[in-house]
Amino acid sequence: MRVLNREVMPLKTSSDVVMARQKVRLWAVDLKFSLVDQTKLVTAASELARNALDHGKGGSMTIESLSNGSKSGLRLFFEDQGPGIPDIEQALKDGFTTGSGMGLGLGGSKRLVNEFSIESEVGKGTRISVIRWK
Amino acid sequence: MNDLAEIISQNEDRIRAEWIRSMSNTVQRADLISKAELDEQCRDILRAIVAGVKTSRPTEISSSGWATGRELLSEISASRARQGFSPVEVATFVLSLKQPLFAAIREKFVSSQEKLFDTIWSATELLDRLALVTTEAYMATREELILRQQQELLELSTPVVKLWDGILALPIIGTLDSARTQVVMENLLESVVATNSKYAIIDITGVPTVDTLVAQHLLKTITAARLMGAECIISGVRPQIAQTIVHLGINLEDVVTKAKLADAFALALQRSGRTVVRSSSAPTSPISNLFAKRED
Amino acid sequence: MDRIPVLRMGSLLLITIQVDMHDKLALQLQDDVTERISEWGATGVLIDISSLEIVDSFIGRMLANIAAMSRVLGADTVVVGMQPAVAITLVELGMSLPGVRTALSVEAAMELLYGAATRADDAST
Repeated sequence: MRVLNREVMPLKTSSDVVMARQKVRLWAVDLKFSLVDQTKLVTAASELARNALDHGKGGSMTIESLSNGSKSGLRLFFEDQGPGIPDIEQALKDGFTTGSGMGLGLGGSKRLVNEFSIESEVGKGTRISVIRWK
Repeated sequence: MNDLAEIISQNEDRIRAEWIRSMSNTVQRADLISKAELDEQCRDILRAIVAGVKTSRPTEISSSGWATGRELLSEISASRARQGFSPVEVATFVLSLKQPLFAAIREKFVSSQEKLFDTIWSATELLDRLALVTTEAYMATREELILRQQQELLELSTPVVKLWDGILALPIIGTLDSARTQVVMENLLESVVATNSKYAIIDITGVPTVDTLVAQHLLKTITAARLMGAECIISGVRPQIAQTIVHLGINLEDVVTKAKLADAFALALQRSGRTVVRSSSAPTSPISNLFAKRED
Repeated sequence: MDRIPVLRMGSLLLITIQVDMHDKLALQLQDDVTERISEWGATGVLIDISSLEIVDSFIGRMLANIAAMSRVLGADTVVVGMQPAVAITLVELGMSLPGVRTALSVEAAMELLYGAATRADDAST
């Protein structure tokens, strides 16, 4: 798996979340993802970027274009130094009807991408990596 | 490695001519590629090899020094894949350079066995790797072609029919797999928007089996359509499929299903506030006239 | 843009969302809608999202909230023009937008909103 290109951007304000969406859209269009795949990717980015901001107290997003043999893909990496997620499994299960609190949209985002990995430590922060292949 | 570069440069024309000659007629494929074009391609490849060998070792094919060489070979290979050359023909094209090249090397180092062996070894390593690059590019092109054809096939096999103002029908024929269902879903939703149709009838008469995965996909389609403001009706549910659905415990509570497309159509008409009325005038077909006359 | 405009057409509120909203803008809209319903005595809210290429969980919740709050204030809400890609993504995300009625076009939305209203009027006369 090769990283062809990369860009890092901060997630410190809610405008950054909008910017993150737009950036991911640009990259996805560039890689010629289908419209539905673009939408899924940008939506996942929006969820995770917002999480990093709201729950993670701010962080960053890294976009990478990947090449794995004949297929190409886009990887998004979200990182924050926030309070972390105590029960990851629970967080992945929680739906949106829980309203405030843990409604992190993690489980949903997971379904929007092909590969999803998450690392979190209470008090240290959270790192989430997602990949969507073309 | 500059020995190799030197040998090729000094004997370029001869090596090239030998190379083309050593390609049997089947590999040359005069029907697909002209002599002039072939000549030019060989010339370009030899030059690229010389350039590559000068900058990096032959085993480092992936280094930047070989970039032009790789690109050139990939391009030639891709174009041959599209033209219809077989993979053997494409690989042989590169490998048949060995004979003239070795001949030239032997000529130069006739008195030094060690140099002879080393240079021939480098040359063979190089050409083997180049042949692999070529083959890889060939495969990639063919795969691309197959994928594109698959896509076209998918799109052709999911027609959308407008039954009436605001009522669409999607007759699905054949097995529904993940990829196909995606296409069906997107097709349906796009059509719903384009035709402003509140009702979409998904007819599965032509679908042999429905498993949990297919049912899930259909349910997702229906939910998505509903989110947009359209209603889906599933028709053509055969008795076996009905049994499978119950058996698998698939929940179709929220979904309207009908055994026949006609019933689904009637329902959609009704829901959109339309009734079908038979006009009161007598039928005027010749046969009914015959009967009428007989009754006189 | 610091506010999404809420337009009035008789007893109907018309909202067209054309920008990529940041969260504060979305919350502002929620506030504005509820205020206007009270102020103008609106009975219907029409939200046009045909330009929205992304509806994530936040926006989805906003739409559900607007529908719920409007209902409490006596108004019906219809969301119009959801793009297919958005619908597909929302389903995958697991959002069903409960309590939010949707329509394919403004015309269909009007029918939903005022078709019901005229029927209610007929019943009472």
